[in-house]
Amino acid sequence: MLSINQNKCDLCGKCIETCPFGAMDIIEGRVVINEACKMCRICLKTCPGKAIVATDGIREKANINNWKGILVFAEQLEGQIHPVTLELIGKSKELASKMNHPVTCIFIGHKIKEKAEGLLEYGLDKVFVYDHKEFEYYRGDIYTNAFEHCITRSKPSIVLVGATSVGRSLAPRVATRFRTGLTADCTTLDVKENSDLIQIRPAFGGNIMAQIVTEHSRPQFATVRYKVMEKAQKEINLPVSILSEMQDKLEFCSLPKNKMKSSIEVLNVIPKEKELSISEAEVIVAGGRGIRDKKDLAMLEELAQLLGGQTAVTRPLVEAGWAPYTKQIGLSGRTVRPRLIITCGISGAVQFTSCMNSAQCIIAINKNKNAPIFKTAHYGIVGDLYEIVPLLCGMIRKGRIMDAV
Amino acid sequence: MKILVCIKQVPGTNKVEVDEQTGALKRDGVDSKLNPYDLYAIETALRIREKTGGSVTALTMGPLQAEAVIREAYMMGVDEGFLISDKKFAGADVLATSYTLFMGIKTIGEFDIVVCGKQTTDGDTGQVGPALAEYLGIPHISWVKGIKEVDHNGVVVEQDMTESSMIVRMQWPCLITVDKDIIQPRLPSYRKKLATKNKVVNILTLKDFVDQNANNYGLLGSATKVESIFPPQANKDQIILEGSGEQLTKQLYAILEKERALR
Ligand SMILES: Cc1cc2nc3c(=O)[nH]c(=O)nc-3n(C[C@H](O)[C@H](O)[C@@H](O)COP(=O)(O)OP(=O)(O)OC[C@H]3O[C@@H](n4cnc5c(N)ncnc54)[C@H](O)[C@@H]3O)c2cc1C
Ligand SMILES: Nc1ncnc2c1ncn2[C@@H]1O[C@H](COP(=O)(O)O)[C@@H](O)[C@H]1O
Repeated sequence: MLSINQNKCDLCGKCIETCPFGAMDIIEGRVVINEACKMCRICLKTCPGKAIVATDGIREKANINNWKGILVFAEQLEGQIHPVTLELIGKSKELASKMNHPVTCIFIGHKIKEKAEGLLEYGLDKVFVYDHKEFEYYRGDIYTNAFEHCITRSKPSIVLVGATSVGRSLAPRVATRFRTGLTADCTTLDVKENSDLIQIRPAFGGNIMAQIVTEHSRPQFATVRYKVMEKAQKEINLPVSILSEMQDKLEFCSLPKNKMKSSIEVLNVIPKEKELSISEAEVIVAGGRGIRDKKDLAMLEELAQLLGGQTAVTRPLVEAGWAPYTKQIGLSGRTVRPRLIITCGISGAVQFTSCMNSAQCIIAINKNKNAPIFKTAHYGIVGDLYEIVPLLCGMIRKGRIMDAV
Repeated sequence: MKILVCIKQVPGTNKVEVDEQTGALKRDGVDSKLNPYDLYAIETALRIREKTGGSVTALTMGPLQAEAVIREAYMMGVDEGFLISDKKFAGADVLATSYTLFMGIKTIGEFDIVVCGKQTTDGDTGQVGPALAEYLGIPHISWVKGIKEVDHNGVVVEQDMTESSMIVRMQWPCLITVDKDIIQPRLPSYRKKLATKNKVVNILTLKDFVDQNANNYGLLGSATKVESIFPPQANKDQIILEGSGEQLTKQLYAILEKERALR
């Protein structure tokens, strides 16, 4: 709760100006905080007289020692494990080593035994498997029941779920069942020694970052954006002999009949046209408004081909109809995490940069020296893409010929 | 058919920037507006009413000035509106917000379908819909991008699953969160604006609720806590190159070699 020390307040109005929610007013000569307050605490920093103080809630604290370990939701769609799962496992192992906690997975689906064994290769302490015909497709109600069952028996301190279509639909339901907090769409995670999870996420369409904790409740839920964490490496290459020894790490669970009855009936699954997804690309050449004509995208396409990558674009180009939506990087498009990205004629609005800034190497070509993209880029090339891109393609082609000789 | 649509008032712009020195927020304007995604939720609710008859109720939680979003819903053709507003509800996260909405719904009555937007432009979690469905004990489908069938028993909807679309059927009562692109929202009409000028916006406060324990609402009822807010980080190690196109291309080529991008 925020309160105002009226003795220190000189009614300068700075807090009213800066409050993003319009939650502060001067009424009858006093600053008052209204219902719109989101406890973002920005006013605390702005108040020159330090007249605003935050007092924490008095929510009853869960006994956090009763909760241990990190549980990862291993997502599958039609039997294929979503790659975000490996990223979550990778991150979990790193976090768990700081607290000396186990890392486990919950895996829900149909005919998934083999895939579950595959997960063990990443060195997990346990995989809870819910394998049943009813779980073939994602159905929020019974998936929540399975998740509840698993959490009740394993009591994890932290639960990580991919911020995918399934994850963002399922996690809030499960977190609510346990009356605990869920931080959405995290891009950075860390832990304190006492197992408190430090969660950082973009809000306001990526214009600001918020650091969020769930100090008083367990488990602490977070959905994590795809392609921002490092993938786990295989720790064991399972020969069949070891596998039998590891069987006890697979726990097959089942639910009572009444918990398996879904009110959701899946009538049909229509695959979308399979295009090469930019989310998977290792190398990306991206174009923005600096591209003057649809046909000029061919130039980027050539560079992408030469580098073994794909092209992508910013939102205005999709809106102009020059490229399909699936090629759009950004908050209203996709997040990418390639090894290399070359941005051509992209100014670098946060809605764009927040979805590509974890690329290992970012090269920006822009003729405006003050373009914000240069704050994000590792290498900033201040120049005309119409000159540089064709020259570069020529050089790469020439280099190839030289090598071949 | 009783149809409920949940809507939220959000800051007029999300183009906020945090000053790195002072931590203060720099904004263009302070006005508020209806969460743009909720226009699609309202439109969807109205279309369902066209098919099945019945009424559409709009519900919001927020400060008193959030009455404006209920007025906007009236202008689009919503029948009745409720604003949940109480100082005790301030500082709510998703858990506390959805609980408050749940308590509000308990006070208002039963609904066959609850329609939410896919997300907001401020908190941006997209979690309120599923959390509310959990409190209500009804099934939900998120990311609905099309209503295929609707009748007196239930709905058939198309759910966007990123790589595929799933066609699913649910019986009433249920909750959906709708994607933009589901359907083009109508514009608020001037005629409706005049006609609804004096229409009441019902106000609910804590004392209207079954659960009167203030600890379950607002900040006290929240499980997550925003510790700090800061601007997105800029990259530290940077090389900025300027020169002629030819020089730059050579340097760029060298960078690609160094980064082992040339196979
Ligand atoms: C920077 C920042 C980060 C935050 N991060 C988190 C977080 O990670 N986890 C968390 O639990 N909370 C978080 N919060 C708090 C949370 O954003 C809101 O306070 C919460 O009340 C609503 O969540 P939302 O805006 O994300 O709504 P969403 O879940 O995105 O909204 C989806 C839909 O729910 C309905 N809805 C939402 N709010 C209302 C309302 N007040 N009245 C009626 N209908 C509504 C609408 O139909 C809307 O379209 C954060 C707040 C801030 C300022
Ligand atoms: N020929 C060009 N070469 C390089 N950058 C350009 C060129 N033309 C325009 N730009 C930049 O492209 C950016 C437009 O990007 P955006 O607003 O992200 O679409 C601006 O920052 C311009 O400076």
